[in-house]
Amino acid sequence: MGHILKPRERVRIFSRGSAVGHDEYRGPLGGLFDFHDKTDRFGADTWEKAEGELGRTALNLALNRAKLSHTVLDLLFAGDLQNQCVASSGGLSSFGLPYVGLYGACSTFVEGLLCATMALSSCRELSRVGVVTTSHNCAAERQFRLPLEYGGQRTPTAQWTATAGGCVLLERGESGVCVDRVMAGRMVDGGISDAANMGAAMAPAAADSLLRFFSESGEVPTDYDAVVTGDLGREGSAILSDLLAPHGISLGDRHRDCGVMLYDPDRQDVHAGGSGCGCIASVSCAYFLPKMEKKEMKRILLMATGALMSPSSIQQGGAIIGIAPIVTLEVRE
Amino acid sequence: MDNKQAYKKYVDRRAARSPVLRNCVAAFWVGGSICVLGQLLLTLYRRLGLLLDEASTLVSVSLIFLAAALTALGIFDRIARYAGAGTLVPITGFANSVVSPAIDTKSEGLVLGVGAKIFTIAGPVLLYGILCGAVYGVIYYIVTLFM
Repeated sequence: MGHILKPRERVRIFSRGSAVGHDEYRGPLGGLFDFHDKTDRFGADTWEKAEGELGRTALNLALNRAKLSHTVLDLLFAGDLQNQCVASSGGLSSFGLPYVGLYGACSTFVEGLLCATMALSSCRELSRVGVVTTSHNCAAERQFRLPLEYGGQRTPTAQWTATAGGCVLLERGESGVCVDRVMAGRMVDGGISDAANMGAAMAPAAADSLLRFFSESGEVPTDYDAVVTGDLGREGSAILSDLLAPHGISLGDRHRDCGVMLYDPDRQDVHAGGSGCGCIASVSCAYFLPKMEKKEMKRILLMATGALMSPSSIQQGGAIIGIAPIVTLEVRE
Repeated sequence: MDNKQAYKKYVDRRAARSPVLRNCVAAFWVGGSICVLGQLLLTLYRRLGLLLDEASTLVSVSLIFLAAALTALGIFDRIARYAGAGTLVPITGFANSVVSPAIDTKSEGLVLGVGAKIFTIAGPVLLYGILCGAVYGVIYYIVTLFM
């Protein structure tokens, strides 16, 4: 018995698509994304619909890259940050595909990869599966925080929800970028209830997952070209390093945090870094997966980090539960 | 970390503090400038022949209009991100706190959107402001009975 799941049949990622908003395009990774919209509207008249369009765009980009029609997909796993995941259902319903909606807050992308891998490796009826996750800064601000035009200051530990979406398409296969193993996250209550310090709320879950993964697998961080975290930000990343240190684990320069990579802290006022389920989705699709396709990276560990909360739970002073699922990817000949 | 309290303590200790001195300086000069603008407007309106009462009301109206217009143009939040309490404390902050939800909730309609949510931020100020006014009024009335 163990927590790490090894798919019986190997699953590969055969296509990817990423789309971002203006601020993300202006960031250090700007040129790598497949698509950006400088209005952040993606042709929609509300921010909520814009997030749906963002997901639809990411899926279309992934299908175009593989030169396939959406009809080849047998199942879609998707999720976003809005109540009842309406961005995913609103944006993706027109494809007419079997759909499983997911909510893992900012951890949804890896949660989706985990579900897609388990589905493909165990059900012969499925041949190709898509995973789409999105987040939109304006929709998230409205839902979780304050009106967009409200004039106020943020604390230095606050994070900036990324306007970003990513999509990967998976199938059974032995070559290319393959999913090696997956591990679900545990719900970890670190006792933090400050929504302006989500890095601190998620770091204990991240540490819990990494400690379980490395102790069960017997591996060390240097076995990977990169240990990628979703959106711990600068604050959460530093805390993670402190939490791992007593256990003799140091991620060192292998650690890359998508929330930190997405923006330039000197030019962009994003405080501790980016967040949102589009963050790791878009950065994986635009940066890490291409690096693996070019064989510049052979093995990576992707760990998305989610802060499970709602505006009501925060106002009631409830603790933010963290979760951090892991998927490891490797390039196979 | 051994337990939640220890972790919370550690997190609080390491979290970077807001730059209080810088924020105070920014709030002082921006807030002060808004007050100077108010004073200039007051002088202007008085010169135009308005009574003091009328002129002061018109100053409030002017500052509210200015803050509302800047909010609608998407400029106010950028100034406020720098100025903090400097724009929040004068009447400009109140105007922004009413106009910004109004803009935001337009997509949910004029009744259940704008109508229901326009005071989501200003609501507590209105409720407790009016409540305090009423309590003060009662106390004042009772005191005057004996004076």
